[in-house]
Order: sequence, then C-alpha cells, then structure tokens
Amino acid sequence: MTSEWPLWEVFIRSQHGLAHKHAGSLHASDAEMAMKNARDVYTRRNEGVSIWVVKSADVVASAPGDREALFDPANDKVYRHPTFFPMPDEVKHI
Amino acid sequence: MYAQMVDTGLNKVVDASQMSPQEQAFQARIDADVKVEPRDWMPEAYRRTLVRQIQQHAHSEVVGQLPEGNWVTRAPTLKRKAILMAKIQDEAGHGLYLYSAAETLGVSRDDLIDDLHAGKVKYSSIFNYPTLNWADIGAIGWLVDGAAIMNQIPLCRCSYGPYARAMVRICKEESFHQRQGFDIMMAMCRGSADQKAMAQDALDRWWWPSLMMFGPSDAESVHSAQSMRWKIKLLSNDELRQRFVDQTVPQAEYLGLRVPDPALRWNAQSGHYETGPIDWAEFQAVLRGHGPCNRDRIRVRKEAWDDGQWVREAAMAHARKRAERESRAAA
Repeated sequence: MTSEWPLWEVFIRSQHGLAHKHAGSLHASDAEMAMKNARDVYTRRNEGVSIWVVKSADVVASAPGDREALFDPANDKVYRHPTFFPMPDEVKHI
Repeated sequence: MYAQMVDTGLNKVVDASQMSPQEQAFQARIDADVKVEPRDWMPEAYRRTLVRQIQQHAHSEVVGQLPEGNWVTRAPTLKRKAILMAKIQDEAGHGLYLYSAAETLGVSRDDLIDDLHAGKVKYSSIFNYPTLNWADIGAIGWLVDGAAIMNQIPLCRCSYGPYARAMVRICKEESFHQRQGFDIMMAMCRGSADQKAMAQDALDRWWWPSLMMFGPSDAESVHSAQSMRWKIKLLSNDELRQRFVDQTVPQAEYLGLRVPDPALRWNAQSGHYETGPIDWAEFQAVLRGHGPCNRDRIRVRKEAWDDGQWVREAAMAHARKRAERESRAAA
C-alpha cells in the first residue's frame, strides 16, 4: 500500500509585529504532526514565534498564464502612487 | 560538490536557433536573472535536469548523516555529542528542504526515495568513505562541509526559485557545521602527540576525497555547459575546487598539519595554490559502487525505510479514521 503523507505548506511569524511568511513545505499525516514537524524542520534556531500549517492541496494559486490579465491593469494607473502628483517646493508637509 | 556529473539528457548545448519561441523566451528570462517558479513553463530538459540535481543533493544530505551517526554514541564528551546530534539533525532538515524543492517540479517524495534505493540516482561520492575515529568527524565538518559550502553559496543565486531559497536556508546553517569540525581539529591538534597524529591521519584520508567532491574538470562537458546556460550551475568544478584549496591550505597550516600532496605549492604569480594530480580512477570506481562503504550505506538506508513502513501506514490510517469520526460527528 502506498501511503505517502499529504504535503503541507509552512508559514512562520519570525517576530511579533511581522506577518507570517512562507518558509517551505513538509509531509505529515495530520495537522498535529505537521505542526510538530514544522517546528523541527523550520524553527531550529529561534526563527519563529508562531507557525501556520496549511494543506498544500487547499492553497488556491494564480496561474502564470493569468499574469497579464491580473497584474497588467495596474501598470497604467500610475496616479495611484503619490509621486504622480508633483508638489511645489514651497508646499510643506504633504 | 553534492551533485556530481548531473546528466542533462542532451548531447550538445542548445543554441538559440534550435529553440522554439517559448524556449527562447525562457532563456531570455534566465539571462535577465528572472527566477523560474514552479508553475512557470519550462523546457522538459531543464525540469528533468533540475530534478536529478536537487535529488542527488537531497540524497547526499540524508546519506551524509550515516558516517556521522556512527560516532554519536562514542563522542568524547556530552557537549560534543549534543553538538554532533544538532548537526545531524540539520542534515536531515537540509534533505527535507531539498526534497520539497524537487517536489515542486512534479515528482513525488516516495519516487525520489525509491530512485535512491534502486541505485538509479547517486549521492555524493564522499559519503562512501568510512569514519574510523573521532578525528574523522572533525575532518568531515572542516573539509566536507567546507567543500559543500563552496558549492552551495553560488547556488543561492541559481535560476530555480525553490532551489535557490532552499540553498539560502542551508548556507545559513552550514557554516556552523564547518566551524564545529575545525573546532574538533583544533582541540586535537592542541592535545597530545597521539591526538595530533589522529588529526593528521584524518586529513591524510579525507583530503583527496574532498577534492574529488567537486567532480572532474568540466571544461569539456556538454552537461556542465548547458547547466551553466540555465544557471543551475554557476561556477565550474575546477574554479570551485581551486577556491576550496586556496582557503583550506592556510587553515591546515594554522593547525600545524601537512596537506598530503607532495606537489602542493604556492604560485605567487597566479595567487593560487597548485596541486598534484587527482586519482580520477578512484573517483570513478567509487561512483560505480566500489567505494569502501557504498553497499553498506544503501543497505542501512533501505532498512530504515522498510522498518518505518508500518509507522507511515499506521499514522495515515489513524489520520483517516479520525477525519472520518470528525466528519460523522459534524453531520
């Protein structure tokens, strides 16, 4: 019987105040084991204060082919950046 | 180098005129140092070569635990034992980071492990040498991990994102390994005459196999040239080996040890050390399975895998049963 354990994605909060960040993945039979393995594999040197584990199969990812449709529309909207609006030198605090 | 002589499956370097528009666009992105990510399109030969290279690298980390595990119960002090266990745990971690990186290319962990056990994929030649005494643990950390770092630092910039990220993490941890090895060598070289002789003996036995880790000169190798175009190999084997020699010889001098190469000399003009010829027949024999420990390493790996089979199955059965019970309770 093949019994490969499911794959999990591990996210680590490195210190309070920072967001969880993807650290890597691992195999585990259930959430409890995934948490223990994540601790052993990804936080051996105090890299984290909090761990999230998510089944890889539950991650919904954008397709590389959709890159243009998703992200190009932002390209011609430079007015969303404050630097689009030149301010006279005399005007302060803006 | 942990991945030696990685086959690209190609018999010549692919130039632009033979590439489809898609392949040309891919190469252009690599040339512009844009990283390739798992779901991006990639040429099949690139994917296959990477699987082979990352897999060899991962197997080397895992098999590399075996020669060191030999000395856990015989470490000279509790402190040395705790340090050695931490190092071996790191090696397991490094293997896991790398297996995960390989899995992003669409292969399963079990298949990778089956390939190792079936002898279809190699691990580094260096781990087929025995660890005869405690000084060997020092020499491995200093020389073998030193050579591995030399190879792995450039790979932090390689073109495949998950592999590069695994390398960054590994490199951060690896310098502890090299330093703990040098620390063992220092302790022995400052100890009794017998202890120093053990350190010298370890250097005598590990020096040449360490130089062989980088693989034969790849000046003429099609595979190396193609891997360099793909930026999954950043520096040539000879370049890496030279760097290793240049940094290691002064360290041996500091320890008061003699590098076992009568031809070794400093070339003031080039600013590099020159070394004598490497016995490539020995390297080839070790790769073909005739090193001192090849059979033993695979036998121990297989035993561990087979003995763990019921645990893997039981854990999965337990998880399934609990999930069923929970879904029934929720209904």
